[in-house]
Amino acid sequence: METTVETTGKEGKSWGGGNEPLRSSYGKMMMWFFIVSDALTFSGFLAAYGFSRFKFIESWPIADEVFTHVPFFHGSYPMIYVAFMTFILIMSSVTMVLAVDAGHHLNKTKVTWYMFFTIIGGIIFVGSQAWEWNTFIKGEYGAVQTKGGNILQFGKYTTVDDKETFQRVAVADFAQVVKTERVVHERKNGLWYETGAPMPKFTVNEVLEGLKANPEVLVRTQILTEEGHKTVLSRDESIKQITDNGKQVVHGANLHVNEYGAPIFADFFFFITGFHGFHVFSGIVINIIVFFNVILGTYEKRRSYEMVEKVGLYWHFVDLVWVFVFTFFYLV
Amino acid sequence: MAQEHKLEIFQGLLKFKSNTQKIWGVLIFLSFITGVEVVLGIYKPEILMVQVLGMKGLNWIFIILTLVKAYYIAWDFMHLRDEKPALRRVIVWTGVFLISYLMFVLLQEGGYIESVFRNGFVKNTF
Repeated sequence: METTVETTGKEGKSWGGGNEPLRSSYGKMMMWFFIVSDALTFSGFLAAYGFSRFKFIESWPIADEVFTHVPFFHGSYPMIYVAFMTFILIMSSVTMVLAVDAGHHLNKTKVTWYMFFTIIGGIIFVGSQAWEWNTFIKGEYGAVQTKGGNILQFGKYTTVDDKETFQRVAVADFAQVVKTERVVHERKNGLWYETGAPMPKFTVNEVLEGLKANPEVLVRTQILTEEGHKTVLSRDESIKQITDNGKQVVHGANLHVNEYGAPIFADFFFFITGFHGFHVFSGIVINIIVFFNVILGTYEKRRSYEMVEKVGLYWHFVDLVWVFVFTFFYLV
Repeated sequence: MAQEHKLEIFQGLLKFKSNTQKIWGVLIFLSFITGVEVVLGIYKPEILMVQVLGMKGLNWIFIILTLVKAYYIAWDFMHLRDEKPALRRVIVWTGVFLISYLMFVLLQEGGYIESVFRNGFVKNTF
């Protein structure tokens, strides 16, 4: 009479029901499902970035020339600031995993402190991201956009340590003021309550006059040479290009124009780092909620800090994505 | 999740005494890799600029180092090393298969469009 309804031949089998075959709780499984799908979303974005880059492989901006700033320092320091940001994010990942570890030992004080440091790390990262955006939007040298949407930048050859190098020159440093007829349309004139677009800082004509007046200034196009540098035009070619094709002077980058090169580079930069930054931001918010729950003793009462572990998984994932963004935007 | 942790990394070459120690060890390793990447990115040694499989050798090094970093973040920080192999495979294989497929298709297409710009009758130099 032993073999009744209760024994169905499934005892001791992992997938027979009534146990956790993957030895992972429901919440953690769901976090993993989310992470896998989010990873696919991010790789979709990065693959699209790769697509556009391969499409314009001969004229893609060189990241080293775009991201060269460090707060409070003048001069060109490519990579340094992003490396710092990467380190901050890895560091906050470490404090997060230490919080998880302390949670396994039910050590409330330690979990509280490690969660606190994780949140601080996240805030520093998002702040750095905002600063980076600000620098990118403001731009540095300015450039002329052609009718075909290409970018012409300016610079001159200077000798540094017996080596002739091409140094960029800002538009504002050589453009000449030319009197023009155009004035900003104000809302009190003509069509009421309509304001025209603000006047550009410089017109193409002013840049052209400045170029003619400064014989050492040359135009640099986006096209990469065999050695991976941007092509510098001759003096005659420079003036010809600006005269024939110059359409508008651009400063900095936004979703329409980008003084560093292809506008789609700026679009992807804003979109992907923005989407990642939003993940970091929501990670900070969730971390803060869990942090207060830790302080209030919610998990102490449950005798389980699994919630810290789950938010930790999310936080590490954000770090993981940044590792890839770092590689594909700043290194490769 | 299991309270016990697997404490060795590098195929058992390095074994830590406690989980906390392992975390710091992995941090040092990840920071070291990031340091190598930054130094290579700033100096760009000439010898690594040769074309390997359609990309600069240096770029391949960056991508491989990134995957190494991703492995240690997932395995040690996200505790995949301590999970059951089945869960690990569900997560990793799904991602690896779909992402490599997507990457291949899009990069191939991007390269084709570039060749049309270069060899075809599309003019974009004005």
